[in-house]
Amino acid sequence: MLLLAGSVPVEGLSLVMGHIDYSPEGIEIGGRKLGINRGNEAMMTAACQVCELLGCERPVGLVAGDIGKREGSEAIYRYLEENLPILQLSVMTLHYIMPDLKLNKRVLQSVKKMPRKPVLIADAGSMYVAKAGGDAVFYDVFTPDIGELTFLADEKADHPAFTRGAIFHMEENVTELIQRAYAAKNAPKTMFVKGKVDYICHDGNVVDTIDSPCVETMEAVGGTGDLITGMISGLIYAGKTPVEACMVAGRANRRAGELAQPNPATQISEILAYIPQALSEVLESSR
Amino acid sequence: MLWFKKKKEKKKEYTGKPDRGLLIFAHPTTVISVQELLRDEGYDIRVVSPPPTYRTGCDLSVEFPFDAESAIVELLHRVGLPPMDVVPITSKGTEPLQFVRVKDFGRYLMVRAANMKITVDKESREIVNISGGGCPDVPFLATSMLGKRLREAPDPGEVGFSLCAYSLNTAREEMIRLIGD
Repeated sequence: MLLLAGSVPVEGLSLVMGHIDYSPEGIEIGGRKLGINRGNEAMMTAACQVCELLGCERPVGLVAGDIGKREGSEAIYRYLEENLPILQLSVMTLHYIMPDLKLNKRVLQSVKKMPRKPVLIADAGSMYVAKAGGDAVFYDVFTPDIGELTFLADEKADHPAFTRGAIFHMEENVTELIQRAYAAKNAPKTMFVKGKVDYICHDGNVVDTIDSPCVETMEAVGGTGDLITGMISGLIYAGKTPVEACMVAGRANRRAGELAQPNPATQISEILAYIPQALSEVLESSR
Repeated sequence: MLWFKKKKEKKKEYTGKPDRGLLIFAHPTTVISVQELLRDEGYDIRVVSPPPTYRTGCDLSVEFPFDAESAIVELLHRVGLPPMDVVPITSKGTEPLQFVRVKDFGRYLMVRAANMKITVDKESREIVNISGGGCPDVPFLATSMLGKRLREAPDPGEVGFSLCAYSLNTAREEMIRLIGD
């Protein structure tokens, strides 16, 4: 099973879990409809598109409403803590969630009780709490953007907002930031660094870079990183290695952007529509 | 030649009492309101990370002169912003990142603070995109702010709860400074 977990911006929505259905209008989990939005909904849609294209079982979504008041996030942490040992997971992606060091550590304790550890992918709040808790090496894949990479490279910061200025200003030297993150054990085995040039890293080394097509306006579009995380999740579930999944997802994301021809006001749903075509093209060319 | 004589700095006398304290709050964005209030009242304060025992992974606190504890706490209770806790401190906390980066797309301008980006149409001042972040209020804030003029959109410092909302507010304030609202 591919489990995708995180909060959605619906105040008061209690925990919902079930296979994810998707359409151009949005996703549906356990009978609950959710519109396309940046964050978990975009990530889940991209994962569903990969699974459909590659003939895999639909991913399972675990969501709860949270607009920052923590209730939904706490419900997700507690569900995972209590139920992970009995779930048959091969891949688990944790995304937007309120960072909570204690609760996340309890979830990781439950992962250790699973008969087989799933491939663990984290982005957004789940990546922040993993790094702040000193647990990054327990994960398999992180997908930071360049600002989040400076946070991973700063061994003293426990949230991107606390990245020290001197490190924030090192953004031009991405490879040094990557080395710092790995040296401080603040990076997992595989990392996809999103930026003008995408860097795919494994065990501390840059194993691939992607710089074309270059659609600069994508940087402004909220949710493009979520699509990469969703595609990586689906591709690993379909049998790709984490590095292979990063190589395909990064190229497909750029191609989808090229097809959508976005401007800085474009919304993520307009790029999502091109993911199946872009993925097909990239997978075909990599054969 | 007295003026060649280096004036010895007077060492601060150790009294055994901390001279700074921390106000702890449940949400980072409460700190924005408290910061504005206490600065307006003339207090010498800093917004900093709380000590490890109070950290959950998304926190801010207010460092203040400890001899003003009673007056500050009374003021905060009076305006409905009571702290969860007040603790004396001996070491300085880290301040959140205030640096921003600006990218000009012609008609649109993007400002990034830490991990948060806001993009605005320079002519209409309409917020057209919000990107980055990882806390649950980011998608909520994006839904609430997109399509609105800067002056009409809800203030992330008032309706948000997280450090991502704090950074988004930093980016928004810089955007207003650059192009107006």
